Amino acid sequence: MAGGGKGGGVVRRAGEQLLPWLLPLGLLAVWELAAATGWLSARVLPAPSDIALAFWTTLLDGSLPRHVAVSAERAVKGLLIGGGLGFALGFLTGALKPAEILLDSSLQMLRNVPHLAIIPMVILWFGIGEEAKIFLVSIGVLFPIYLNTFHGIRSVDRGLVEMARVYGLGTAALYARVILPGALPSILLGVRYALGIMWLTLIVAETISASSGIGYMTMNAREFLQTDLVLLGIIVYALLGKLADTLTRWLERRALAWNPSFHTALETAS
Amino acid sequence: MTALLQALRRLPLPRSVAVPSPSVTAALPRASFERARPLELRLDGVVKEFAGRRVLDGLDLTVPAGQFVAVVGRSGGGKSTLMRLIVGLDRPSGGRVLVDGRPVSGLRPDVRLLFQDPRLLPWQRAVGNVGIARGPGWRERALAALDDVGLADRAEEWPSVLSGGQRQRVALARALVSNPGLLLLDEPFGALDALTRQEMHRLLRRIREEHGFGAVLITHDVAEAVALADRVLVLREGKIALDLDIGGPDQRPDESAVAALEARILRDV
Ligand SMILES: Nc1ncnc2c1ncn2[C@@H]1O[C@H](COP(=O)(O)OP(=O)(O)OP(=O)(O)O)[C@@H](O)[C@H]1O
Ligand SMILES: [Mg+2]
Repeated sequence: MAGGGKGGGVVRRAGEQLLPWLLPLGLLAVWELAAATGWLSARVLPAPSDIALAFWTTLLDGSLPRHVAVSAERAVKGLLIGGGLGFALGFLTGALKPAEILLDSSLQMLRNVPHLAIIPMVILWFGIGEEAKIFLVSIGVLFPIYLNTFHGIRSVDRGLVEMARVYGLGTAALYARVILPGALPSILLGVRYALGIMWLTLIVAETISASSGIGYMTMNAREFLQTDLVLLGIIVYALLGKLADTLTRWLERRALAWNPSFHTALETAS
Repeated sequence: MTALLQALRRLPLPRSVAVPSPSVTAALPRASFERARPLELRLDGVVKEFAGRRVLDGLDLTVPAGQFVAVVGRSGGGKSTLMRLIVGLDRPSGGRVLVDGRPVSGLRPDVRLLFQDPRLLPWQRAVGNVGIARGPGWRERALAALDDVGLADRAEEWPSVLSGGQRQRVALARALVSNPGLLLLDEPFGALDALTRQEMHRLLRRIREEHGFGAVLITHDVAEAVALADRVLVLREGKIALDLDIGGPDQRPDESAVAALEARILRDV
C-alpha cells in the first residue's frame, strides 16, 4: 500500500511537470496535422516541420548565423552608443544642477518625438547603410536610460549622502560608493526597458531598409513567398529578445543582491 | 567564514598610535583598542538662525575632555542643529564652536556623529559599512570594531537582514573605527524597543569605558539621560535652561536620587 502511494506521488509529480507543455504541444500537433492534410495552406502558415527544416538548411548554409550576427552587432552597437550617451547625460544632469537647467527641458522635448517617425529623415541622411540602423537604435535606447539614470541619481537618499560626507568620503568615493550604487536599480530598469525598444527599432529598421540582418531575411523571404523563413525570422527575434531579457535579469540579481526583494530570487536560483 | 573571522581576530592588528597599557589590556579580553585622546568641546555664544528665526540663542558651554553629557529638550528645540554645528556639517550664524581648543572648520575623523537612523549603505555588507572610509587595513579595523559591538559573526550580512538594534550597533562600530575623541549621538536609540535600548545602554557604557571618549547624547528620554550621562543639560528656547551634574561612571546616583533628578529635569524641559 505504502509502495503504491509512493509510486502515485512520482506519477503525480511527473504529471505536474508535463501538464504545462500539454497545450503548446497539442497545438503544434494540430497545426502540423492541418498543414499535412492541406487544410492549412503553406502560404498562410507553413508547417512546424517546414520551419524546423528551414532552420536546419539556413543554419547549414551559414545564412542564418550571418544574419543573426549582423543584427546582434547592430543591436549591441546601438545600445552601447545610445545607452552610453543616455547614461552620461543622465549622470551629468542628475549630478549638476546647471547641467539640468541647460539640458533637461530640451531632452524632455526631444523625448516626445517617436523615434521611428524620423526613419524617412534617417534614410535621407544615411541611406540604407549601417549608420542608419545604429543611429535609430541609439536614439531609441537613449531616452529610457537617460531618464532612469537622472531619476536614480536624484532619488538617492540624502541622509546617506550626508552620512558619507561626515565619514570623510571625497567626491569620487561618494559617487562610486554611494550615489551610483543607489541609482543602479533605476538604471537597470532603464536598461531593461531600453532592450525592448532596441529590438523593436531594429525589426522596423531592418524591415524597411537593409541588405542583411534578420529583418532583411524575412522581407526577402516574403517576396519569394517563403513563409517558413518569415516565421523562422520572427521566432529568432523572439528568442533574441528573451535572451537579452534573461541576461539583464541575471545582471540585476547579481548587482542588486543586497536588495531584499531580490533575496528570494537568488535563493531559488542557486 | 567563522573560521576566517577567528583567524583574522588572532592576527596582530595594526595600531596607529599608542600601545595599550598592560592594565587596559588586562581589563579587555576582547578587541584591544587604543584609548582615544578625549577632546574638549567649547561653545562661545553660539547663535544659529534659519531665515531670521533664531534656533540657538547664544549658547555658552564647556564640556571637559572625556565627559559624557546628555542634552534633553523639546522637539524642534535645535538639538540636531547643535550637533550639526559641532560635527562641522553646518556653520554657526554667530559665536564660535571649539573642539580641542580650535574652531571647527570642517569634518574631522576624531569627531563622529551617530544619527537617529543607522544610515547604513544597503549595498554594502556590515563590514563594508563600518569601513566606509576605506584606507589601508580598513577591513581588519572594521572587523575589530564589529567585534567590539558584539557583531563579529554578522560581518558579512547585508544591512537589510539585520535587526534594528543590530543596525544601530553597526552604525556605532562605524563611528568607533576611527577612534573618535568626541562622539555625538543624536537620539540613536529613539526607534528601538525598551529591551533593545537597555542592551544598547549597557553596550555604550562598556565601550565608553574602553575607549574613554567624550560624548554628547541627545535624547527625549530623561531616564536614559540620567542612566548614561555624567551631566544633563536642558535646552530650551535656544538657551541652556538647566545644567545638572550627576557624577562620573563610578559614582552613579542610587534609585531614589535618580527619581529626584528625573523630576527636576522634567520640570525644566
Ligand atoms: N536647514 C534648515 N533650514 C531651515 N530650518 C531649519 C533647518 N534645520 C533645522 N531647522 C529648524 O530649526 C529648528 C530646530 O530643528 P532641530 O532639528 O535642530 O530640532 P531638534 O531639537 O533636533 O528636534 P527633534 O527633537 O524633533 O529632533 C526647527 O524648527 C527646524 O525647522
Ligand atoms: Mg533632532
